[in-house]
Amino acid sequence: MSPQQFREIAWNGLWKQNTGLGQLLGLCPILAISTSTVNAVSLGLATILVMAMSNLAVSSLRNFIPYEIRIPVFILIIAALTTVVDLSFNAFFHDLYLVLGIFIPLIVTNCIVLARVEAFAAKNHPLTSTIDAVMMGLGLVWVLGLLGAMRELIGAGTLFAGIEMIIPGASAINVFGDDYPGFLVAILPPGAFFALGMLIAAFNAINARLAARARRQPPPAPKAPQAADGQGGTEPVAAG
Amino acid sequence: MSARYSATRTSLRTGAIMVVFTLAFTALMASTYGLTRPAIEASKQEAQQRLVDEVLPPAGYDNALLDDMVRVDAPGALGMDGGARVWRARKGGEPVALVIEGAATDGYAGRIELVVAVGRDGRLSGVRVTAHKETPGLGDYIDPKKDRRKDAPWIGQFTGTTWRDVDTAGWSVRKDGGSFDYRAGATISARAVTRAVGRITAFAAGRLDALFAAPAGSVLGEES
Repeated sequence: MSPQQFREIAWNGLWKQNTGLGQLLGLCPILAISTSTVNAVSLGLATILVMAMSNLAVSSLRNFIPYEIRIPVFILIIAALTTVVDLSFNAFFHDLYLVLGIFIPLIVTNCIVLARVEAFAAKNHPLTSTIDAVMMGLGLVWVLGLLGAMRELIGAGTLFAGIEMIIPGASAINVFGDDYPGFLVAILPPGAFFALGMLIAAFNAINARLAARARRQPPPAPKAPQAADGQGGTEPVAAG
Repeated sequence: MSARYSATRTSLRTGAIMVVFTLAFTALMASTYGLTRPAIEASKQEAQQRLVDEVLPPAGYDNALLDDMVRVDAPGALGMDGGARVWRARKGGEPVALVIEGAATDGYAGRIELVVAVGRDGRLSGVRVTAHKETPGLGDYIDPKKDRRKDAPWIGQFTGTTWRDVDTAGWSVRKDGGSFDYRAGATISARAVTRAVGRITAFAAGRLDALFAAPAGSVLGEES
C-alpha cells in the first residue's frame, strides 16, 4: 500500500467521510451512549474492534463469499465478532459492560460496520481494509469522545467520570467544583441532538472554509498565501 | 454447460457455503464463550460481593456468604418475580445478618431494585439501589453514586433503624406523614424506595429465624 493510499484512507475516515459528522451513520449509539466521555470512548473502541475484525475477516474471505449471499454472510460474521467482543467485555471489563449494556450487542445493527464491509472490505486487500476500519472507527471515536465530553462537562461539570472502571485508582476531574448545579438537558436525549447539531455545523463550516480556500488558489501553488486567512471571516454564513 | 450451472446446482452450492460459514462462526462464538466463562463468572461474583460489602461490613461475618443463599418467593413483599435471593451472614456458625434483594415497583420510571441488609436484631446495616431508571439529576439521588451530597447520602438515613423503631405509617417520606426525608423535586423515587425498604424490613423481621434456618439453596414461600 502506498503512502498516498494510506493518507487518503486516513483522511476519509478521520475527517472527510467521518461516520458521525459526514456520513451520519450509526447515530443511535452516538446519541444514546454519549452521556459521559468514558462511556462514549469505550463504546467507540468496542466498535473499532468489531469493525477491524469484520473488515479483516470479510476481505480475507472475500473470494469465497458468493455474491448472492454476501449480506447474510457479512451479518453472520459481524454478529459472531460482536458476540466475541461482548463476551470479552463481560469477562474483563465487567463494570463497563454493565454500563454499556445493550449497546455492545447493538454494534451489530450499527450500519457503519456493514457499510464499511460492503463498500470497502469486500473489494480490497485485508491490510488496506483493516486500516480503513481502524480509521473509520477512530473518526467515530473522536466524535463520540468530543460529544461525550461536551455533554458531561455541561451536564454534570465533570470529565472522565467512571474512569475507575477502566483504570482502577484513577478518578474523574471535577471541573466546576462541587457546587456546580448541573444542567440536566445536556445529559438527557435532547442534549445529544443539540451537541451533535453544533458539531455538524462546525464540521460543515470548516469544510466550507476549506473548499473556499481551495477554490481561491490555483491547485499547483504549494503554499497558501496568508491573505486568504484574512478574508475567511465572512464565509461561515454559507455553512448552515 | 447448462447442467453444470443449473439453478439446482447453484443453490445447493450456495447453501453449502452458507452452512460452512455458519458452522465456522458458530464454532468461534462457542469457543469464545467457553474461554471467557470462568472470567465472567468470577467478575459476576466479585461485583456481587462488592455490592454486599457496601451494605454489610465484611468484618462482621466469616462464612462464604454468597454460597449461603436461599430464594424467597414473596412477590408481594419483596417485589421480585421468580424468587428473591437472600444471603445469610454468620459468624462462627451463629446468624449475624441477612442480605435481601427486593424491588420497588412504583418508581417514577418503573422498577427500582435494591439490596437491604438486616441484622439479627432487626437493625438495618445498609440499603443500596442496584438498578433503576429514575430521571438523571432529579430522582437518581437514591443511588449514592449519583447523590450530590457525598457526605450524607440520602440512602444512608435507613442505616441503624429497625422495623419496630418506626410505626407502620412512618415507613414513607415526610410529605406523606412518614419519618424519612426526601429531596425536593423527586418525591416519587424516594417514596418508592422508602416503602420498599419498609416492606422488606417488615418481611425479614417477621421470619428471621426461619430465614436463617432454611437449608442453603432451598426456596421459601410467602408463608414461611
